[in-house]
Amino acid sequence: MASVALALLIVMVVSMVLTSLMSWTIERVAYRPLRGSFRLAPLISAIGMSIVLSNFVQVAQGPRNKPVPPMVTDTIVLMERNGFAVTLSYKQIIIMVVTAVLLAGFWYVVQKTPLGRAQRACEQDRKMAALLGVNVDRTISLTFVMGAALAAVAGTLFLMYYGVVNFSDGFVPGVKAFTAAVLGGIGSLPGAVLGGLLIGLIETFWSGYFSIDYKDVAAFSILAIVLIFMPQGILGRPEVEKV
Amino acid sequence: MSAEMERPVAGPNYAAAARDAVLAGVIALGVFGPLIGFKTEQNMNNQLVVENRWGIVIVIVAIVVIGRFLLKAFVFPALVTRKANAGPASTDESFFKRNFKTIGLAFLLLYPVIIVSMLGYQQSIKWVDNFGIQILIYVMLGWGLNIVVGLAGLLDLGYVAFYAVGAYSYALLSSHFGFSFWLLLPLSGILAAMWGVILGFPVLRLRGDYLAIVTLAFGEIIRLVLINWREVTNGSAGISSIPKVDIFGWITFNVADPTYIGKILDLPPSSAYYKIFLYYLILALALFTAFVTLRLRRLPIGRAWEALREDEVACRSLGINTTNTKLTAFALGAMFGGFAGSFFAARQGFVSPESFVFLESAVIVAIVVLGGMGSMVGVAIAAAAMIGGTEILRELSFLKAVFGPEFNPDQFRMLIFGLAMVTIMVWKPRGFVGNREPTAFLHEKKSVSGSLVQEGHG
Amino acid sequence: MAEMIPSWETNPILSVEHVTMRFGGLVAVNDLSFKAGRGDITALIGPNGAGKTTVFNCITGFYKPTQGMLHLRHADGKPFLLERMPDFKISAKAKVARTFQNIRLFSGMTLLENLLVAQHNPLMIASGMTVLGVLGFAGYKKAEKHSIERAEYWLNKIGLYDRADDPAGDLPYGAQRRLEIARAMCTEPELLCLDEPAAGLNPRESGELNELLLGIRRDENTSLLLIEHDMSVVMEISDHVVVLEYGTKISDGKPEAVRNDPRVIAAYLGVDDEEVEQVEQALDVVTEEAQQ
Repeated sequence: MASVALALLIVMVVSMVLTSLMSWTIERVAYRPLRGSFRLAPLISAIGMSIVLSNFVQVAQGPRNKPVPPMVTDTIVLMERNGFAVTLSYKQIIIMVVTAVLLAGFWYVVQKTPLGRAQRACEQDRKMAALLGVNVDRTISLTFVMGAALAAVAGTLFLMYYGVVNFSDGFVPGVKAFTAAVLGGIGSLPGAVLGGLLIGLIETFWSGYFSIDYKDVAAFSILAIVLIFMPQGILGRPEVEKV
Repeated sequence: MSAEMERPVAGPNYAAAARDAVLAGVIALGVFGPLIGFKTEQNMNNQLVVENRWGIVIVIVAIVVIGRFLLKAFVFPALVTRKANAGPASTDESFFKRNFKTIGLAFLLLYPVIIVSMLGYQQSIKWVDNFGIQILIYVMLGWGLNIVVGLAGLLDLGYVAFYAVGAYSYALLSSHFGFSFWLLLPLSGILAAMWGVILGFPVLRLRGDYLAIVTLAFGEIIRLVLINWREVTNGSAGISSIPKVDIFGWITFNVADPTYIGKILDLPPSSAYYKIFLYYLILALALFTAFVTLRLRRLPIGRAWEALREDEVACRSLGINTTNTKLTAFALGAMFGGFAGSFFAARQGFVSPESFVFLESAVIVAIVVLGGMGSMVGVAIAAAAMIGGTEILRELSFLKAVFGPEFNPDQFRMLIFGLAMVTIMVWKPRGFVGNREPTAFLHEKKSVSGSLVQEGHG
Repeated sequence: MAEMIPSWETNPILSVEHVTMRFGGLVAVNDLSFKAGRGDITALIGPNGAGKTTVFNCITGFYKPTQGMLHLRHADGKPFLLERMPDFKISAKAKVARTFQNIRLFSGMTLLENLLVAQHNPLMIASGMTVLGVLGFAGYKKAEKHSIERAEYWLNKIGLYDRADDPAGDLPYGAQRRLEIARAMCTEPELLCLDEPAAGLNPRESGELNELLLGIRRDENTSLLLIEHDMSVVMEISDHVVVLEYGTKISDGKPEAVRNDPRVIAAYLGVDDEEVEQVEQALDVVTEEAQQ
């Protein structure tokens, strides 16, 4: 057990480092030249980059699924009655613990450290932050690195939980992550958590009680409905229209 | 990796370039090393086995190091000198540039004739179909979306939904009720526009990222419904044997019919006729889109769209009903998407949800932005470059002779497509045609520099 | 003279009645009532943060007042309750046009296009809600010609006729201000609201602006309501001054009466020196003129 945990930890750290390096490079090559330019240019560049990344993996690693033997198999039985058991598997516990730890760490960085203050300043007003001595380029690079590192952890956990991975697996979680962030309110950390939880719960309950076919439809519909009534997302700061 | 110039250097600074090149090499090793150096393969027992391919990694890293050195030592200083020596840009444009629109139009009209006369009917099919028709579909979609994104400044990431509505409208209504294409073409446009209004009405108060994600969500919802509503749409399997288009019932393209074009014109049977007919059909549809858009730009509604992109608050202070203005943009864009969709269904003879994934929306948005928002010519160039370019990549099988039979150029298609998107954006963030043509003038028509044109917040 | 009922009481175009605007706990405007006379230039002045722009935003529908009524009456007697109308209808139907403190032009469109967008609603009807226009009916061409003539008229008035085909974003600041006024005037308003039209203008431009505003009052059947910090503009051209402080009205009357109101002087003395100087200078200018 200890060796599995250690292996998992090493994999996580190595993937975080590699993904961070990749993300730093991408930011440097594809986004930094476009900073401060036309609003849609970085978006198109980002879509292009996502096509490049998934196809790069396809070319480098082949289009087939990669199954991994299950690493963590133990479960805890919470309740058992009439032969049906309510169980909690170790891998679910690992996912929850890792998420909680990273969330706390991330919250600390954003709220309490100089880097976090610089990030929040850049979010509000890049030009002013630069005038006050914040190194905007470095802050944005570090933000990309942080984002990529978190995505790497999520990817590792995904593989550990489902045991199989494919070059195109990133798209749906990517869209869902964007959806969750928007649903919770862009720029709000608790909002992103809430948004993610809501999307997950909606999908699970919808699959459980109605139809598994329409779970994504349900999630997207609820996103649309929420945004129609709360255009800034659930915990987002309302955008004041200065006249 | 940095593109900025610290100071204007007189000659090549080899030491700095070498330092930079080594650094780039280290980064390249980190980025490409693990993913290319190790390849996991499944063996007979479904176990993953790691293969080493460090040879390729060394080649890639070497390319990066040398490339970076050359860039830093020679290309960047040369660019700086050229920038410094660049005189005032010459004002007289070449004959080709001045008459680009006329030449382009003439070429499009003559394209099938040229191809057929060069290659004969049978050989022309590929060039008319894969290049001509395929590119023109995207030109039309780009021009349709241009109304929403380029003129009204609303970012719609779910445009493919309307394309799907048009395609399924034609597929279902023609297979079930036998309606003709000429009835269903306007009907699919109207249905798509109706969906545009239904979806647009609630979401148009949203702005920026919020609008983008909701339109993306709607695109996905429509696709998922098409997959899951099996009783009507036949699910992922799609709808096949959709009837062909005919020329108002006078001439048809089914060999068995007495009115088959080959029998009427006394030609040997060939599927090329249908392709050529489809080519002119989509060309006409695309030109219709262009004509309507150009007309609309000079009407109050078109000016209101552009004003909306420039400043929504000012629009409201001038008495413009912004909700209705946005809705018309959304509905008209959707309508052209619907037209294109019904054409697509008729051309393929088969539709399935596979054709309407988010990537399609992203490609259409990319064409609009790469072309230069609001510019019809730019969008057409971007569609030809991106779609034509990827089609050409299919033709590179001769590379197998160079890299061995294992090499499959087709799998690099989307990789290169993505790289091209990034490169073009970094090179020309405003797209191929960044300037805006004014819609009215008193003394003389001067195009407006792209740096003044706003991109909208929607 | 003090006994006379002022013209804005007998024939107001706009009556602001007990308007209160709260943002959360902040009361930006508190129980404000005043009237703007038909054919007058009414100035709304007050120190920074007095709630002037908030009043403007309530009148033009960008904010809905928490309480109170905004009553507008056209020359033909047609009444409008502005607080019940959405912003674009206030411009389209009630004929109230406005400019903005931070200029909001369509910077990527030419001057001519800016002025044509302002004539959107009549042109929209002329184009048969776009349908007839797309089909190329002649009626629209005539209407567009008329609109272009109107735009030319205003371009001449603001002295920018030669630059009609340049993008609005290329104009110098003062010209942008004038263009914004011309654009608002192209909607043929009954009431024109100007939010600090003289801000950032040099003395020469400021003089041109006064000419333009007086010209509008004289020739166009348009009443003006303006927010202004530049006291020389206020004292020179306005017929009626309303002074706000902390969201309440502290003075209301003819410029000379307001100028001598001790509460106004206190309000301005209570703020920073620069504005006091402005008041004093303006007072000097006006007294000198009176003496001559």
